[in-house]
Amino acid sequence: MSEKKLQKLLEEKALKIPRGEVMIFEERCKGCNFCIEFCPKKVLVQSGKYNSTGYHPPMLVEEEPLKVCINCGFCMLICPEFAICVKPRENK
Amino acid sequence: MSVQANQSISYVSGNIALVEGAIKAGCRFYAGYPITPSTEIAEAFARRMPQIGGIFIQMEDEIGSIAAVLGASWTGAKSMTATSGPGFSLMMEHVGLAVMLETPCVIVDVQRGGPSTGLPTLPAQSDVMQAKWGSHGSYEIIAISPNSPNEAFLHSIKAFNLSEQYRVPVIILMDESVAHMYEKVRIPRDDEITVMNRRIPLDKEHYLPFKPDENLVPPMAIAGMGFRFHVTGLTHDERGYPAATREAQDKFVKRLADKIRKNAEKVWEVEQFCIDDAEVAVVSFGITSRSSLRAIRMAREEGIKAGLIRLVTIWPFPDKIMRDVAKKVKGFVVAEMNYGQIFYEVERCSNGKQVILAENLGGEASTADEILGKIREAK
Amino acid sequence: MLEQEYDAFLGKYFRIERFPHIWCPGCGLGTATQALIRAIDKSGIDPNTIMIVSGIGCTGRAAGYLNFDSFHVLHGRAIPFAVGLKLANPKLNVIVFSGDGDLFAIGGNHFIHAARRNNDILVICVNNFNYGMTGGQLGPTSPLDSSTTTSPYGNIEPSFNLPWLAASSGATYVARWTVLHMRQLINTILEALQRKGFRFIEILAPCPVNFGRRNDLPEGIDELKMYQKYSTVVNFADPRIAEIKWESEIIVGKFVDAEKPTYEERMTNLIEKVKGGRSG
Repeated sequence: MSEKKLQKLLEEKALKIPRGEVMIFEERCKGCNFCIEFCPKKVLVQSGKYNSTGYHPPMLVEEEPLKVCINCGFCMLICPEFAICVKPRENK
Repeated sequence: MSVQANQSISYVSGNIALVEGAIKAGCRFYAGYPITPSTEIAEAFARRMPQIGGIFIQMEDEIGSIAAVLGASWTGAKSMTATSGPGFSLMMEHVGLAVMLETPCVIVDVQRGGPSTGLPTLPAQSDVMQAKWGSHGSYEIIAISPNSPNEAFLHSIKAFNLSEQYRVPVIILMDESVAHMYEKVRIPRDDEITVMNRRIPLDKEHYLPFKPDENLVPPMAIAGMGFRFHVTGLTHDERGYPAATREAQDKFVKRLADKIRKNAEKVWEVEQFCIDDAEVAVVSFGITSRSSLRAIRMAREEGIKAGLIRLVTIWPFPDKIMRDVAKKVKGFVVAEMNYGQIFYEVERCSNGKQVILAENLGGEASTADEILGKIREAK
Repeated sequence: MLEQEYDAFLGKYFRIERFPHIWCPGCGLGTATQALIRAIDKSGIDPNTIMIVSGIGCTGRAAGYLNFDSFHVLHGRAIPFAVGLKLANPKLNVIVFSGDGDLFAIGGNHFIHAARRNNDILVICVNNFNYGMTGGQLGPTSPLDSSTTTSPYGNIEPSFNLPWLAASSGATYVARWTVLHMRQLINTILEALQRKGFRFIEILAPCPVNFGRRNDLPEGIDELKMYQKYSTVVNFADPRIAEIKWESEIIVGKFVDAEKPTYEERMTNLIEKVKGGRSG
């Protein structure tokens, strides 16, 4: 499905995509970049800040309506440090 | 030939008697590897364990055997393996692990001529120092030495009791002579036998696996009961977690040795014959102690005031007893089937008195005559 | 709130008071242990019956972080220890979690015999292609020509094909995944937990500091990308062809899923035959 069509369906509320709430435990991060690299929606980027052990934790950068966290959970699964988790976002 | 359950006297070999003693003590797990002259122990367990619902497994090698014994012990089972010199050498790393994890287990070493492949079918007593120092690091174990099939039965029970009490590997240092000789074994009645078991902690919530009681021994959790303990061969703290500091080493490793050192007088056992007025004390153990007993009697007939100290426990070495005897005698004869092992322990305690070695590199039990010859020298 | 929820979940299966763990940035072990606990969580098995036995090496340290009765024993000897544990109490669920060198170099003999007997234990091997803990020496799974501290001019030893070794020794369940294949890995571990007999799962994981760094995969992410590029999922491939062709082809998936009487079942039958039922 093309991105244009997807966007249209979303606007019409004919399609709902799952959304996720991401929590990053910045102090646990060791900067391996696994989550950033393998997020399917590319919504994680390396932040500029340092944690106390000198690593740059990731941060969430979303762009509605499509470049958003879809609660796939892969970042949580792949993280070797248990430094990121995600759960379904409550509907407002 | 197996022990008849409803008779109190049996005629069996040392190896068989040892197996029956272990069963009486509650041993229900045996993992081993065949090696002369201990193989009859494995074969007897292979026959007996299924009869009583216990487990016998012949593992791929001695290392697998002792590892399985330690694993089984953590389920609460009394576990044993038996071997001889070459297999005992292979098991050394696990002796250290058993010490570090404070795992009760009994290892039988039926000694044969060494070093290396040596004399597979002939006796020696040359693994004595190895029993104490064979693994790396600073540690203590308990080793006992039966000198008859009857004693093999009783020592089997004794070994399990000590092992459970102190959470330490206990080594039964047999020799091929005692293992293979057939003699009368009197099976005690059940009410005459004391069987001791490890203490199990009551509180799962606050259990610290390596926090000792006043006797320096921590209660031991049983796997699968919800204690969620962690044990490691790394030096660890009371929680069982690795602790890589001098302080942790000093606190923990010292206690493991002190478990035995500070309780040594409760553990050691000797038999003394004609020591009170002795001028020459023969120190011996296992098969050699039987020839030694005859030798001191022959010496007395010649007018030599000889006595015998038979080591029932070899480790911890009864140095206090030896030092007391050293005050009274003119000299010692150490009769052992090796080129000098307990000799050095006796010398250490001899307070300058002469110590002569009645050596026997192995192959045939020492004769009373050759020991008598040394007694005459020592006089 | 979410942090507390996550830590509550983690705390059921990890000794989180000991975190952060000692594994390097980019190491695959944190991920591999996460796969294990998620599978255990899904399985519904009583965690009190789960026994973790590990050997020496970075993977072996996992036992110290896992909140089960866990045993960190000698190098190469996790399997026979586990065999004793399981035989003496067959109600336990015994998992060996150890590394490639520990299980297949020094521990190789114990592996093949436990597989041959079909001892009812699950053996998980985290294969990072070297001896990481001690600085990156070669191991029996280091690829031919790879650079390690004990093969500085290139490894001249062919490496083991672990699925074939396991299958030919008698394992009744054999699978391989990489830490990248997290969903499949969790499902495979879950499936293996529900099987009986000698089960073997190989997990490929990066060791950037001691292996990757010397072999053109400087960060863990580089090795994960390599797995992504070269791994192919094949169902029930013949284990004979499972040899890893470094940076060329890595077959992942399930190789063997069979049923055979376990050693424990045979033992129970034997005892029943001889005695008429097991006593305590």
